[in-house]
Amino acid sequence: MKVRTLAVALLAGGLAQLPADGLADGKQLAEANCASCHALARPDYEALGHTERLSRKGPPLYFAGNKFQANWLEEWLQKPQRIRPAGVFPPEVVKTSDAGDVVDPAKLEDHPALSADDARQVTEYLMGLRPFDDVLTATTYEAGTIAARMGQLNFSKFNGCDSCHQDSATSGGLSGPELYTAWQRLQPKFIASFIADPVTWDPNTLMPKGNLNESAVERLSNYLKLIGEEQP
Amino acid sequence: MRPLKTLKIAAGLCTPLLLLTAALPASSEEGKTLYKIYCAQCHGVEGFGNGVNVPAMSVQPRNHHDRSEMGARTDEELFKAIKHGGKSINKSVLMPAWGGNLNDDEINALILYLRELCCNNGG
Repeated sequence: MKVRTLAVALLAGGLAQLPADGLADGKQLAEANCASCHALARPDYEALGHTERLSRKGPPLYFAGNKFQANWLEEWLQKPQRIRPAGVFPPEVVKTSDAGDVVDPAKLEDHPALSADDARQVTEYLMGLRPFDDVLTATTYEAGTIAARMGQLNFSKFNGCDSCHQDSATSGGLSGPELYTAWQRLQPKFIASFIADPVTWDPNTLMPKGNLNESAVERLSNYLKLIGEEQP
Repeated sequence: MRPLKTLKIAAGLCTPLLLLTAALPASSEEGKTLYKIYCAQCHGVEGFGNGVNVPAMSVQPRNHHDRSEMGARTDEELFKAIKHGGKSINKSVLMPAWGGNLNDDEINALILYLRELCCNNGG
């Protein structure tokens, strides 16, 4: 009986001591609301292999603090808008037709919206997830400028990014995230680092790890800056 | 011969075969999974070269059911195109290099599946 009483007392004490600050609340909120679709800790990619990609429902968030712009994230969580026109895993979202594979809107799921308070707390927690600080530190990219025509050529003809990504609401492929708001969403060094070596960030990314040199990465990153800053 | 002894001999004969099977580096089934993950976005979920990205592309992706086109490519050429990109075999830059995402065994598994698509299914 004494043991049981002690256990109850410890449990009650433990619950009473749950941290009440935003970070702890944000963690709880994220674990309760986000973790069923998003990885909040690094998946065991080595054990899971590429099949991890088949069951992924949302992009991994365990490096959110190295990836997102905090202000954008907090706003987006309150008013989420689709970033991936063909969902997180396009083969599961398309249907075959005479015109080829097309997105089946019925298979696209909307992201739930959070209250302003929850969005603030979740953002605060997610922005603390920074396992790739060293990768960003090693990234030398500094935002610069590029002429629109040259940037567009780099995005399309020279590197074929437009096969999978939109650089405007009306142009570009659908399987990757749209990139005309990438500059608003993402940290500049993340953009450059991901373009150069997406596999370091996500071993099962659908983005090919090319052999782009530093200048090519800079040109593409600067193009995303150019088109991103044109967005409202 | 007694049944138990027969069984032992059979097991002894089969063991090397089992080991050999386990050591096989690539299978078309694995290739099919990889195709769905990496190739379907452009080449189509059924491999007809009509993936969801095609309306935005300036070059039509290869129809992998096209027996004559695929038959004109050796496995070595397919390997090179997948690993180093279309440019490496004087084809389109829109076919990216997947060598940083997939290892050689995985690329070989993809080739097995491509051969199944083009040539073993009435392609």
